[in-house]
Amino acid sequence: MTEVLGSADALAARIPDGAKVALPPDYSFCANALVRALIRRGAKDLHLVGVPAVGYQADVLIGAGCVATVETAAVTLGEFGLAPRFTAAIKAGTIRMLDATCPAIHGGLQAAERGAPFSVMRGLIGSDILARRPDWKVIDNPFADAEDPIVAIPALVPDVTMFHAPKADRLGNVFIGVRRECMVMAHAAKAAFITVEEIVDGDLAHAPETASGTIPGLYVSAIAEVKEGAWPQGIPGGYGPDLAHIGRYVEMARSEAGFAQYLQETVLGAEAAE
Amino acid sequence: MSDQVQLEEILIGSIAGMLDGLGHVAVGASSPVPGAAALLTRARSNGATRVSVLGSENHNFFTDGAKELFDCAGQGRIDAFFLGGAQIDGKANINLVSIGDPDRPKARFPGSFGSAYMYYVVPRVILFRLEHTPRTLVEAVDYISAPGVSEPGVHRPGGPHALITDRCLFSFDKSRARFTLASVHPGHTVEEIAEQTGFDYDLPEGGVPETAAPDAESLALIRGPVAQQLAEIYPSFASRVFGIDKAA
Repeated sequence: MTEVLGSADALAARIPDGAKVALPPDYSFCANALVRALIRRGAKDLHLVGVPAVGYQADVLIGAGCVATVETAAVTLGEFGLAPRFTAAIKAGTIRMLDATCPAIHGGLQAAERGAPFSVMRGLIGSDILARRPDWKVIDNPFADAEDPIVAIPALVPDVTMFHAPKADRLGNVFIGVRRECMVMAHAAKAAFITVEEIVDGDLAHAPETASGTIPGLYVSAIAEVKEGAWPQGIPGGYGPDLAHIGRYVEMARSEAGFAQYLQETVLGAEAAE
Repeated sequence: MSDQVQLEEILIGSIAGMLDGLGHVAVGASSPVPGAAALLTRARSNGATRVSVLGSENHNFFTDGAKELFDCAGQGRIDAFFLGGAQIDGKANINLVSIGDPDRPKARFPGSFGSAYMYYVVPRVILFRLEHTPRTLVEAVDYISAPGVSEPGVHRPGGPHALITDRCLFSFDKSRARFTLASVHPGHTVEEIAEQTGFDYDLPEGGVPETAAPDAESLALIRGPVAQQLAEIYPSFASRVFGIDKAA
């Protein structure tokens, strides 16, 4: 049974230190209320997996000292440029970086959702990404007539998938529409903790207009209703990103002191649990 | 915005000239100029050229999540794509990761995105770099996000077609793994390109032409519907270049 919890903080309490946590990219469904709750909880040593890239969520978690490892194809704040706390941590050598390329992340998760040991993918051969990933192997295509090297990506199994979706029902079915990377992330992970804009009556997995874009509660460990839970990012099809806030974040996060002040104002301070 | 043709408009027109007639052009992250060029190509083709812009809700065909772009490219359903690089070298290797030792870099960039796949499988990849200096166009990159060419035997239907910068356009010959200076943008010179480029390249026989500015019809499309469409995806760029302050 999917648990229905009362807050983002209640979800964050279920995500252990050291967990491998899959996050969607900035243009998808970012659970930023849950990110803030993880920081309030004092989460440590997280291994973030950006599917396939990640932005603000990772930068804030890194700056707050919650992260040991980042595995992704890119960390970017889009038009706002480089992610300042990520960049500082890499230069200081305080986090481990596993550089990937987008379809390798997708391929690893797809192997995991199939219960298969690996996926194969074209590309990568001759790159330093591959040279620095001893966990990825070049194998010979067994079906080719001639030599045909191809890269095997092992199954990528997150301990936790977290994101913020438009709606869920009380059975734990979560509607994600066309943001189907969230579907793969939920299938592949051992647990999925999802905040939603609203919890609705009925059964989203059996209503014809929502069924094809709905993750069945089977894959969903717990949900919580959190209004504007993506803020300061937007939710596609809903509200837009708070560009003024993100711009201010980028300014403040340039220095450690500025970032600490940002955390105090936005995450830890007067504002209570979400 | 003045009536003078801006650099961005020359770049948009020049890139669109390399896309005309293609069936499906995809545009990746943080690429407003290539995005505008793809939208211009679509406008000039009366919709015959399909365009998919990553991160756009209105100009994107995909309904199967973030992986669909790559699956689609792997099947050969994408004809052209764009890549950049903090560094690009004379063999068209691109670096989107770091300068210096990757474990303790002097500079760190976002990362390789889908380059280590798209560069191999999309037939016409156009490299795009707005800072043309010996610091960015180098003899050999510090980190290979994706190589320009591959060893025989490696599946490689795709690869670099051209490199466009704020100063000029280079074409790329895959068989020789070398760039040729194809045209120089208005206000720039062949001598300046030589000074500002860190890698060796070839010069065409019979001299280097000037990059053509977009014709009046294309310019009207760029400043009209293309700029409006772009504002949804790249609001700051649309505001700075076209003076559009709100997404349409």
